Amino acid sequence: MDSFIVISLVKVVVVFAVLLTTLAYLQWVERKVIAHIQVRPGPYRVGPHGLLQPLADVIKLITKEDLAPPFAHKTLFLAAPFMAITLALMSICVIPFGPIIHMGGVQTWMQLTDLNIGVLFVLAVSSMGVYGVAFAGWASNNKYALLGGLRSSAQMISYELPMSIAIASPLLLSNTLSLRALVDSQAGGMWHWNVLRGPFPQIFSFIIFLIAAFAETNRVPFDLPEAENELVAGFHIEYSSMKFASFFMAEYANMITVSCMAVLLFLGGWAAPWSAKYGSSVVPVAIFGCAGLIALYHGMHPARRRDRYTLPGAGIVFLTIAAIFLLPMVQNWLLPLFWFGAKVGSILFTFMWVRGTLPRLRYDQLMGFTWKYLFPAAILNLLVTGFLVAWVS
Amino acid sequence: MDVILFLVFAIFAVACAINVVVQTHPISSAISLIGVMASLAVLYLLLGAEFIAAAQVIVYAGAIMVLFVFVIMLLNAGTESKKGRSLVAQALGAPLLVALLGILAFFVQRLFPREYTTHFGGFTGGTAKDVGRALFTTYLLPFEATSILILIAIVGAIVLAHKEMD
Amino acid sequence: MGAVPISWFLALSAVLFVLGVAGFLLRRNIITVFMSIELMLNAVNLSFVTFAYQFKKVDGHLLALFVMVVAAAEAAVGLAIILTVFKHRATLNIDDVNAMKN
Repeated sequence: MDSFIVISLVKVVVVFAVLLTTLAYLQWVERKVIAHIQVRPGPYRVGPHGLLQPLADVIKLITKEDLAPPFAHKTLFLAAPFMAITLALMSICVIPFGPIIHMGGVQTWMQLTDLNIGVLFVLAVSSMGVYGVAFAGWASNNKYALLGGLRSSAQMISYELPMSIAIASPLLLSNTLSLRALVDSQAGGMWHWNVLRGPFPQIFSFIIFLIAAFAETNRVPFDLPEAENELVAGFHIEYSSMKFASFFMAEYANMITVSCMAVLLFLGGWAAPWSAKYGSSVVPVAIFGCAGLIALYHGMHPARRRDRYTLPGAGIVFLTIAAIFLLPMVQNWLLPLFWFGAKVGSILFTFMWVRGTLPRLRYDQLMGFTWKYLFPAAILNLLVTGFLVAWVS
Repeated sequence: MDVILFLVFAIFAVACAINVVVQTHPISSAISLIGVMASLAVLYLLLGAEFIAAAQVIVYAGAIMVLFVFVIMLLNAGTESKKGRSLVAQALGAPLLVALLGILAFFVQRLFPREYTTHFGGFTGGTAKDVGRALFTTYLLPFEATSILILIAIVGAIVLAHKEMD
Repeated sequence: MGAVPISWFLALSAVLFVLGVAGFLLRRNIITVFMSIELMLNAVNLSFVTFAYQFKKVDGHLLALFVMVVAAAEAAVGLAIILTVFKHRATLNIDDVNAMKN
């Protein structure tokens, strides 16, 4: 019993350290991606290629003046960002990052805890996340904040419906609600992933889930409630300093959660696309090796003077990581982590890509879209999946 | 361990329930009601009702209470005014309620002696699979009837709250 | 590992139910009255789930699920009625809406 508590505590510390660092650097990645889509460099000056920009942002946000508007409901004003960030970080507890690992005599799963209602737990936590937004909008005693908060929460609960039904369809194929068993049911290569397998490939529910995920996390093209030019930043207009940072972090944590759910439900979790005996363990070595060689090559004739030092440095780092992937003793836990990270990373990149590309939907267009088109499509998908599964078995 | 969990969440539930009845502003009552529902969800987990616990949080605390919170925010209902309370109702009502509680507690204690205990893991038939199987076999007719009931409620709510287009 | 007697769950359900009745009878704001009704329904759900544990059948859970569904339908229609009443009478005090016509 004692070793269980100690191991769990170590896992919690590791997972949360990695998660909070990822949250900070996800913002850097987003700013770089959007900047390059818009043909500009993005954060560039603070540290090599802007890598210390999140640190500068954290220092700025901590040292700003933290004020509350007059006549605001003080308890709720304090509690709303706290609720938002707590609920956003809670879903990471049930997400599996890899298979069972043996390290130094102990044996444990790469997952904080496995519930047999894991999928329902994530849905429940995201349902409660609506309150953070609604109370923030109301407690600010500001009509724009109230309007933004109500619109945002109405949007979130409307899009929960197609999201839940899009989650139900691959569950018909995998026949389990536990996330660990969900990944195990998709083992065996790319053709067993829920998006491509069985009597009915779940491509439509994947697309429906992604669209609903964009709306759940208030991202473009559904971000009218927090748009800076339309609604004066919506529900977090009166928040400054660390409370604003909490909302910001909660949005990115929600993004990470829905990306992890998409990967676990549709893309096979931490399983490699083809098995290791056909060489799938060479893929990370190849990717990082190529990245390192390209960085070294560009470092020889850099476009900007500072890159003479930073690009070769980055090249050496990438080549070291590629070499680490060659060691056989780290492969059994590093490879699943790599595949999981690569899949989640591609979905997060899709989020940022869409943000830089698509325009914003108006609020009535957004609500009409879900109730008139997305929800019936999700139900139709569920019906067809259920019918085909029942016919085959 | 079970006793500690039960006591913590039961006391939290009773405190929030008292808060629902006592607070003057409806939004504080709504937040306390959300607290009651969340602690009841934990108690359902202790009784092995895992699907019902998740449904309680998703449906009750995550959708119905959001509806309540929306209406309170839209109507901008202030704190309740003190006029118009009948003293007779308050003077008679509270002791009668305590008497009702006493009668209920007495019968509960008499029918269920202290030796009949629950422990976490005593009932494992509350999984989603079992609930689903019962829902589609034994309880198929109530299931279909409640789906029509929800449809009626949706149509009724839209008709009632519809703004007239001039 | 201590075990919780089943009568404690039923006693908690009784306490919550009586508090719901108290709120229903003693409060003047329509929305608070409605929330007391929801409190009563939750208390009843708890006793259904407790009896499901006692008899080791899942039917209690099904009944609790149906109670939740009916509560959702009732909340939707009831809140729509409250919105309509507020639009016409501009008050949320149930003592002020005691006449059929203005």
